[in-house]
Amino acid sequence: MKLNRRSFVGAVAATTLAAPMVRAAGHGKPRVVVVGGGAGGATAARYIAKDSDGAIDVTLIEPTRTYYTCFFSNLYIGGFKSVSDIGHTYGTLASEYGINVVHDWAVGVDRDAKTVTLAGGATIGYDKLILSPGIDFIDGSVAGWDISAQNAMPHAYKAGSQSELLKAQLMAMPEGGTYMMVAPPNPYRCPPGPYERVSMVAHYLKNNNPTAKIIVADPKAKFSKQGLFEEGWNNHYAGMIDWIGEEFGGGNVEVDPGAMTVSIDGEVTKADVCNVIPAMKAGRIAEIAGVTDGNWAPVNAVDMSTKADPDVYVLGDASQQGDMPKSGFSANSQAKVCANAVRGALTGSRVFPAKFANTCWSLIETNDGVKVGATYEATDEKIAKVDGFISATGESAEVRKATYEESEGWYTGITSDMFG
Amino acid sequence: MRRVCSSLSAVVLGLCLSAASAHATETGDVAKGEALFNDCKGCHMVGEGAKNRVGPHLNMLFGRKAASLEGFRYSKSLARAGANGLEWHADTLSQYIENPRSFASGTRMSYRGMKDEADRVNLLAYLRTFSDDPSNIPEADPTATGTDHTVDPEILALEGDVEYGEYLSSECTTCHQTSGGDDGIPSIVFWPEEDFVTAMHAYKDKVRPNPVMQMIAGRLNNEEIAALAAYFKDLEE
Ligand SMILES: Cc1cc2nc3c(=O)[nH]c(=O)nc-3n(C[C@H](O)[C@H](O)[C@H](O)COP(=O)(O)OP(=O)(O)OC[C@H]3O[C@@H](n4cnc5c(N)ncnc54)[C@H](O)[C@@H]3O)c2cc1C
Repeated sequence: MKLNRRSFVGAVAATTLAAPMVRAAGHGKPRVVVVGGGAGGATAARYIAKDSDGAIDVTLIEPTRTYYTCFFSNLYIGGFKSVSDIGHTYGTLASEYGINVVHDWAVGVDRDAKTVTLAGGATIGYDKLILSPGIDFIDGSVAGWDISAQNAMPHAYKAGSQSELLKAQLMAMPEGGTYMMVAPPNPYRCPPGPYERVSMVAHYLKNNNPTAKIIVADPKAKFSKQGLFEEGWNNHYAGMIDWIGEEFGGGNVEVDPGAMTVSIDGEVTKADVCNVIPAMKAGRIAEIAGVTDGNWAPVNAVDMSTKADPDVYVLGDASQQGDMPKSGFSANSQAKVCANAVRGALTGSRVFPAKFANTCWSLIETNDGVKVGATYEATDEKIAKVDGFISATGESAEVRKATYEESEGWYTGITSDMFG
Repeated sequence: MRRVCSSLSAVVLGLCLSAASAHATETGDVAKGEALFNDCKGCHMVGEGAKNRVGPHLNMLFGRKAASLEGFRYSKSLARAGANGLEWHADTLSQYIENPRSFASGTRMSYRGMKDEADRVNLLAYLRTFSDDPSNIPEADPTATGTDHTVDPEILALEGDVEYGEYLSSECTTCHQTSGGDDGIPSIVFWPEEDFVTAMHAYKDKVRPNPVMQMIAGRLNNEEIAALAAYFKDLEE
């Protein structure tokens, strides 16, 4: 590798050596503990381990041995992917990157002692703690539903067994049956997610149960990529989907998981499948750590450190950072900014300006993909959107097909970026 | 992927760079904007329950077509501008409130104009809070005017600074695989530097079509593109 060193480097370096550096106090290598091995956590752990070349001790705490990505889980429901296509394990992170992967739940955080307690009883010390626990649901946000009803009325908004359950229920629907979705209020993970799911369910039904109906009760007045989805639903699934927004009482919903009924603005409907996606909040460990304010954990845009504690960082869905949607792409992007900052703080490596990006692809029907994306910068108040784009309505079939193929490439890219 | 510039002490370089947040992003001060809005309140409402008064209500203003609210009687001048495709975004709104009469000569908005640019940025930051939030509707209008993401040249240690390129590359590897796999998304490893730089500038100048790449390249400056080219040229996995 040939480097063209500029002449002033030496001089600048000499005068800036006194910059602050947090060193691990009283024990050998600096220690980073990452809680949650999803889009944010796996990426952060991998980048810190990879770029510090063994100078930082990285522990990743994640209860499941196989992580099923929520991204592409709708494509699984539509029949475009198998379960194994969306499952990923942590072997490479441990063997190739030297990350200490611990399959357990974090149940406590002592920010004074700087330790994390695991369900199994162990206590792990940290210099920097990164939490990326994703979301939990707010019980009671949909009247009649709590987490104990998730078998009768699945959310499938954490992927894995819930996705399989929802798909099994969809396949078992009687001819001409009714699939109902209760869509979530803002903010929630993956703004286009519920509507991509509607598209994938419609795709399945069109091919297997064409007289079935889909009813969506939505507490929102509008949703992301609405024009694109509505165009696609008209083109591909005319007459099958009934979206009831806020204006028509879509927010006034009560479910009865025993009777399998849904009341929308007083009108009761019997559902064959009822997919309830409740309101969301930060994964519980963020609250236990005392870094949340309300439902989410406020963070500083430059490095994702929490407002509550400079040594505790929150990534991804659980964070309240400003303009980025809660997505896997966003969590992955935030993780890399955070990894660079954490590494700089612990080893004095170069810290570069924060840059963030996001793109959300959605599949509406076979080879009919659309996307929305933006770039963001760190400001004093928040991560702020500076530029963006969205697929246009009326695009050609070739463009839509290329967009779908691009999403396949992205999936391979991001999962190798997370898991090595 | 191995660290490539081990010949230079990472610590030394790190310290030159940690002062590197030399990017000025304009978001505006919402609280100051709220105070400035007092001048507008006589005619305009904004926020929950806002209705059209002497002037139209200002909820969901950003991204709105000019003169498009039902039930409000606009001047001919603004109605025509709307029919011609005028939309309200940070830039058009700023021009309008700077000098309403010069922007739309027949406007009924009897406001002399807000000359101070910082004031306009703050006022618009306040009004922006009553339009769609990009975290919920990613395609909603931006909340900041990004500047070219410049890093002070004094801090860039190297021409085609490989270590900076490695950091920047993390944005690429969300989609492009470092292994060189190319299903759906092309490979970008081992390109000759010149080709890489040319391609990125073609996206930046919107000569090449892909909107994701136009967006990503659009905010990379020359040094950053050079850094990426230098990094990807010899990438080792
Ligand atoms: C149906 C659907 C479709 C989606 N499609 C897309 C898409 O196309 N593109 C996109 O970018 N995003 C998509 N998303 C959003 C994306 O999945 C999330 O935004 C992303 O996973 C967030 O990353 P995270 O790291 O915050 O949380 P997660 O990826 O959810 O990871 C959290 C991890 O933390 C673990 N955990 C939680 N609590 C603890 C604890 N106490 N101790 C230890 N571990 C813990 C969990 O087991 C989990 O593995 C979709 C989401 C859904 C539901």
